[in-house]
Amino acid sequence: MGRVNFGGITKEVCLAYLPDIQVGDYTIVHVGFAISKIDEESAQKTLQMFHELGILEEELGSAS
Amino acid sequence: MKYLNEFRDGETARKLFREIDRVTTKPWALMEVCGGQTHSIIRNGIDQLLPQGIELIHGPGCPVCVTPLEMIDKALAIAAKPGVIFCSFGDMLRVPGSEKDLFRVKSEGGDVRIVYSPLDALKIARENPARQVVFFGIGFETTAPANAMAVSLAAKEKLENFSVLISHVLVPPAMEAILTSPINRVQAFLAAGHVCSVMGYWQYPELAERFSVPVVITGFEPLDVLDGIRRAVLQLESGKHEVENGYGRVVNFEGNKPAQEMLSRVFEVTDRVWRGIGMIPRSGWRLSEEYRHYDAEYRFDVQGIETKESPLCRSGEVLQGAIKPTECGAFGTVCTPRSPLGATMVSSEGACAAYYNYGRFVQIDQMAMA
Repeated sequence: MGRVNFGGITKEVCLAYLPDIQVGDYTIVHVGFAISKIDEESAQKTLQMFHELGILEEELGSAS
Repeated sequence: MKYLNEFRDGETARKLFREIDRVTTKPWALMEVCGGQTHSIIRNGIDQLLPQGIELIHGPGCPVCVTPLEMIDKALAIAAKPGVIFCSFGDMLRVPGSEKDLFRVKSEGGDVRIVYSPLDALKIARENPARQVVFFGIGFETTAPANAMAVSLAAKEKLENFSVLISHVLVPPAMEAILTSPINRVQAFLAAGHVCSVMGYWQYPELAERFSVPVVITGFEPLDVLDGIRRAVLQLESGKHEVENGYGRVVNFEGNKPAQEMLSRVFEVTDRVWRGIGMIPRSGWRLSEEYRHYDAEYRFDVQGIETKESPLCRSGEVLQGAIKPTECGAFGTVCTPRSPLGATMVSSEGACAAYYNYGRFVQIDQMAMA
């Protein structure tokens, strides 16, 4: 078992399914079980992709 | 909270809407599989802001909704037995059985308790050795590892007064059933992100290939859902049918291996009746031979139950995406979350409850015409 902070509320959570999880990691918790560790690099990549979306569009749009 | 707020940003949502608009040239029908996605869509008004012609069909991924009526009736029968402590997730308590619901059993003196986790039920069993403690183990692949762990721990501790009433359902067989249905209109799937966090997505390439249907693993925040729609439309417009992971921060191809190992030890695949849909072959899990001792269906005599559905409720058609909740005559009149006729109006993941709670009493095309 481990302690997970949900934006201010701390709960005891079973970590048996994520044997490699470290203090400070982010995780998805479902009915008291951590089922997936958040891949922070992948999250940043997705946000970067969102950021770049449509940039080309806007540049072409402003040129016309 | 980190990794939540970033995926709710309005400015980025506008960008994604513009991008979806830009790539859409034809009408397409997409199904979001999971009830959590349905709620995100209705709550954020995503369906109303999409280009005309992009339709979102709400899938059967609401575990409370599809739990068979017979199983609810068995739960009611067990919960009413003297000496039993019946533990359940909260949203099961208002689900209508043939005659009543678990709240009614509780008001009639049954010891029905709401728990957050099956581990809480296990704790109650340890603290009450003279009582039989039963946990109602429903849900998809996301919830199953928790229930499997509870059963495995009970066996390890030789906790003889604990059992589970298991009614697990599996997503891929349901997707296949939808695609083979004669009334199917689904052209692409937004697959259920949290089911895939446990199971991975190695089960989907064969499905995508066989039915020529794009499958995009999709999350639950508004930007996740919009990006899932964008990816699915891009595939449809270019004639592709691939499996794409749009929820990489949570899902990988293999899924959670320790959880899958536990699942294959504690459970075995079985045919399962889905409420409102019917029997889907090999679409559920039950306890394996080794753990059958902990199965409440065997411990308590609950065979030969006759079930009776409300004649007014059209939740079966809602669950299959054949109608929208507002097309049912009972919606919002005789059927409300306080007094539901069917499970889709009960659950926090049910499509009817989503439409009701977010004020969707008429459909958008009707609103536009008015």
